[in-house]
Amino acid sequence: MQLALTILMDGLIYASWLFVVALGLTLVFGVLKILNIAHGSLYAIGAYVAASMVTLFASWGLGGHFALIAMLLAAIGVALVMGPLMERYLLRLFYGRDEVVLLLVTYALFLILEDAVKLIWGVNPYYVSEPYQLFGNVAFASLFYVGYDFALIGLAVVCGIAVWFALNRTRSGKVVLAVIFSREMSASMGVNVDKVHMIAFTLGIFLAALGGAFTAPMISVQPGISVSVIIVSFAVIIIGGLGSIEGAAIGAVIVGLARAAAVHLMPEAELFSIYLVMAAVLIFRPEGLFQRAAARKI
Amino acid sequence: MSSPPVPSIGLRRLAGRMLAAAAALTIGLAASSAQAQETFRVGIVTFLSGPAAESFGVPARHGAEFLIEQLNRGAAPAPYNQVGFGGMRIEPIIVDENGGATKQVQELRNLYQRENVDAVVGYISSGDCLAVAPVAEELKKFLILFDCGTPRIFEDASYRYVFRTSAHATQDNVALARYMRARNINAGTFSMINQDYAWGQDSRSDFVAAMQQLYPQATANADLLPKFGAGQYGTEISALARANSNVIYSSLWGGDLQAFILQGAPRGVFQRSQLVLSAADHVLQPLGERMPNGTIIGARGAYGLMSADTPLNRWFFDGYSQARGGVYPVQAAYRVTQALLGLKAAVEKAMAANGGKKPTPEQLADALRGLEWDSPGGLIQMKLGNGHQAIQTMAIGRTRWDAARRQVVIEDIQRFAAECVNPPANMRSQDWIKAGFPGAKCDTPGN
Repeated sequence: MQLALTILMDGLIYASWLFVVALGLTLVFGVLKILNIAHGSLYAIGAYVAASMVTLFASWGLGGHFALIAMLLAAIGVALVMGPLMERYLLRLFYGRDEVVLLLVTYALFLILEDAVKLIWGVNPYYVSEPYQLFGNVAFASLFYVGYDFALIGLAVVCGIAVWFALNRTRSGKVVLAVIFSREMSASMGVNVDKVHMIAFTLGIFLAALGGAFTAPMISVQPGISVSVIIVSFAVIIIGGLGSIEGAAIGAVIVGLARAAAVHLMPEAELFSIYLVMAAVLIFRPEGLFQRAAARKI
Repeated sequence: MSSPPVPSIGLRRLAGRMLAAAAALTIGLAASSAQAQETFRVGIVTFLSGPAAESFGVPARHGAEFLIEQLNRGAAPAPYNQVGFGGMRIEPIIVDENGGATKQVQELRNLYQRENVDAVVGYISSGDCLAVAPVAEELKKFLILFDCGTPRIFEDASYRYVFRTSAHATQDNVALARYMRARNINAGTFSMINQDYAWGQDSRSDFVAAMQQLYPQATANADLLPKFGAGQYGTEISALARANSNVIYSSLWGGDLQAFILQGAPRGVFQRSQLVLSAADHVLQPLGERMPNGTIIGARGAYGLMSADTPLNRWFFDGYSQARGGVYPVQAAYRVTQALLGLKAAVEKAMAANGGKKPTPEQLADALRGLEWDSPGGLIQMKLGNGHQAIQTMAIGRTRWDAARRQVVIEDIQRFAAECVNPPANMRSQDWIKAGFPGAKCDTPGN
């Protein structure tokens, strides 16, 4: 029982981190039909900017919980600068081209951003571990967890509910859904599709940067952190169904639990467990768990 | 008193001799000038990007740049005070190791065939070392592997043109186990976390085998193999906490090790278990007071804060620190330095044997095979792998945050002679450990 609770908690903590990043990825795919490989770089940039912001706030005497505000502002800043810039001046030039071309464009962007990060921040690591201690320790199932990990679960829940509510319960959200279902029909009904694209892309980047910003206190922020997150995020949204928010949530929980169970019960199968689950889902649901099969448009 | 007879030389003969002497002098000067201008091109392959850059790749680059600059000025201490390599100016060509083994194979071919380098010194990743060694051999070009740790390079194959000038991972783990045994560290149960690739798996195997010899009653609990670059270790830390072993062993390094410590320390696992790290010196400066006190660490040699106080080491340690704004050299910087000093010794030995010409790859290989030379990290001896694999002094110590000096210091350092923690020439590492370290010479402490 204690082991089951530990697996559950470890799985949920891992899933919450993964969900925030995968949510942005699936949102961008849902609206723009782009598999954005550069999403991982924006996660890394979010971590770097957060590290810089927290340090800056601390130099102003704004430590403690102000660090959380610094991290949030970092994610907002990254999204507002990078989102419009990337969508309007790069991706928009390739709309209508083959999806593979867009995939290659985002891959090229990923490589460029990796080097840009090194040019700006160098290769030395940045540490902002102080926020990680803000919530103390919590005893659960005979183990000590860091309170910050539970805060991350809360952050993921808030992000998921906010995006779901915005899409399903607001007028603007319904417009975005309309674009997701049919951009041509939406355009013909007077929807400014370009604007929807830019907003959705910026929101997606915000979520990537938010994931990076709130991960920064747990790691040494240094080159290379973008790669692992993007690979496992792709697994999550493929399991859940490309473009599905509910799918991203369920996919993240499945991956998190599968990984946690593997680490505790069969560590040598840790990596394999994620892709085993993905393969199993795809055998029975080739479109992913929450993706409806769509009629091909001619 | 009459003057002694002066030999009479005809004016024409005298003029002829002077002309011949002038011609010889001119030719000699021209030859000397040509040698002075001749360069020795060295490809240096190290991580300039990716997760291994900060901890290993960039310090190695800084170490190589510092040493080459000193050698080219003839500013290194004796016996390395001859300019460059045997009077030839050293011209480094630095290549990024990031990108995987397939890319490295291509880059190595480029270095030899397009850049026409005379030798390559490189490779931190064990996977890259395993991939490039056969390529250099096939091309009949000279290659020194300076950092990677897997013992398999020269235990599973033999080469003529490939050398490794640093010890392999066996000594790290044998020394750790010996250090714990010498201090009666309670290691009745131990857990492990290592990366799931050649370095992590080989380190794990050596540590388990060494523990079976020195702690025959010990049992292994959690045995975790996260992927390289995982970043998130919450689940692994839960597994280690649940196991509640006396000792937690890890060969993690770089950003992975830093993330593991940052995430594990607040959860108290390193207070309940003795943390033992095989290659952790490089995280002491970046982690600072976040590094848990009392951690037993190795540096894959007697390097940095665990190095011996010799004139050569003082010159390197102080010179590097000064050049890098107070950052002292760690293991990768030491290892590239000992590789380049070994190359210098081999070049100059070969030139002494071939009349002062730039040596061929075959002459270099003959010169380096079985060679011994001094380095900042101690004496390097090419004793294994038919003279192609080095052994060296090893050191282990314990960390403590020194608040007054604002840095982590290492205490209770024990140095091990190379032949105490490395197998003899005729045995594979695993066989040697499992046989109970036959022939180990542990009476003399490491220098």
